[in-house]
Amino acid sequence: MSRVHDMGGRFGDGPIPEKDDSEVFHTDWEARALALNLACGALGAWNIDASRHARECLTPKDYAGFTYYEKWLGGLTDILVDSDLLTMEDLDGPPAGPAHSPDPRALKPENVDRAMHAQGSYMRPEGPQAKFRVGDPVRTVPHAQNTLVKGGHTRLPAYAAGRNGTIERLHGNHVFPDSNAHFLGPAPQPLYAVRFTAHDLWGADAEASGDDMVLDLWQSYLLEPSA
Amino acid sequence: MPHDHSDHAHSHLPSDPELRVRALESLLVDKGLVDPATLNALIDTYENKIGPRNGAQVVARAWVDPAFHARLMEDATAAIAELGFMGRQGEHMVAVQNTPTQHNLVVCTLCSCYPWPILGIPPTWYKSDAYRSRAIREPRAVLAEFGVELTDGQSVRVWDSTAEVRYLVVPMRPEGTQDLSESDLAALISRNAMIGTDLVKAPSA
Repeated sequence: MSRVHDMGGRFGDGPIPEKDDSEVFHTDWEARALALNLACGALGAWNIDASRHARECLTPKDYAGFTYYEKWLGGLTDILVDSDLLTMEDLDGPPAGPAHSPDPRALKPENVDRAMHAQGSYMRPEGPQAKFRVGDPVRTVPHAQNTLVKGGHTRLPAYAAGRNGTIERLHGNHVFPDSNAHFLGPAPQPLYAVRFTAHDLWGADAEASGDDMVLDLWQSYLLEPSA
Repeated sequence: MPHDHSDHAHSHLPSDPELRVRALESLLVDKGLVDPATLNALIDTYENKIGPRNGAQVVARAWVDPAFHARLMEDATAAIAELGFMGRQGEHMVAVQNTPTQHNLVVCTLCSCYPWPILGIPPTWYKSDAYRSRAIREPRAVLAEFGVELTDGQSVRVWDSTAEVRYLVVPMRPEGTQDLSESDLAALISRNAMIGTDLVKAPSA
């Protein structure tokens, strides 16, 4: 029930590549791919959770074989078609040529600075009250899965499912990706930073018993430890 | 929204990524959905205007100004905005302080979440499968690969960016830098030090 992007803790990936990487973009097309993603995102047809889910829905073979910006391009093309901004006929057919006047939703060059500096927020005043306080013990739900949509987007990594942790911080009520990614509404709920010991996550594979890991987890990923 | 297509739209474009991006851009421009000048402005923004020098200014300010440091640890989003850095992928910032007893390391195991307004676009290694899979399970081995030597008694805390909260590691100020100006200090602070895969060293004499 996992998807290929959920790789935290996986064995077999080998050394970290390009550790002294200092180029922002390595090719012109990478820069173009990033800019296309941002410009299309600004059309407002989807949200950040939906765009993440589009990349996660690449086949495992494509996900593993694509470079980073190829994944972005793949996810972008798929979500453009899902959103009816492009059609399969557009992709397959001969170029239609410049047709219409600019779409009113299109991001204008003079607005780029403002759009990238806009201080949005994923916090919402509504939604349930926080059930847990800092220092409370919690247990994550046994399966990292979206309970609204089968195979849907979720932000509980598989390695942290069914584990005991401790509330480290309250972040307030945040938009819930499991709902938002599928256009089921923002459904905000309390978000917590939850601390897990290395031993609780990895058992005998833990590197050092004193180390710990912190994940940001929504309230519906969390249970009372006795539950 | 359908999820698992038998026929992914992207496979209808050329497989070479350079041709693919050109084909997609051309379709979108023809439809009036994308202005090529906007793409150039976006590239210029992240190539030249927003990058890790922003974060280094934040850290250097925290080193020289205890009141700013306190505000950074209390509400990093607001403190960072005091220096004019804000926006996309930096909506909810949290600063985590390295100490002699705790070293912090940031990863996004599920994708590549990263604090753009202060560090820019993430480096290739941060987005690699190897970093995403290993940083959370064997952070000490990963740190050793980056040449980071922990001291005895220093535990490691790994922050997996699973929500829209973005983490900034505040490295320890090196010994022997009390005479340096804020801007000289900022020049010492590498991008990797603010992710946790580097330490800040005093300039060699």
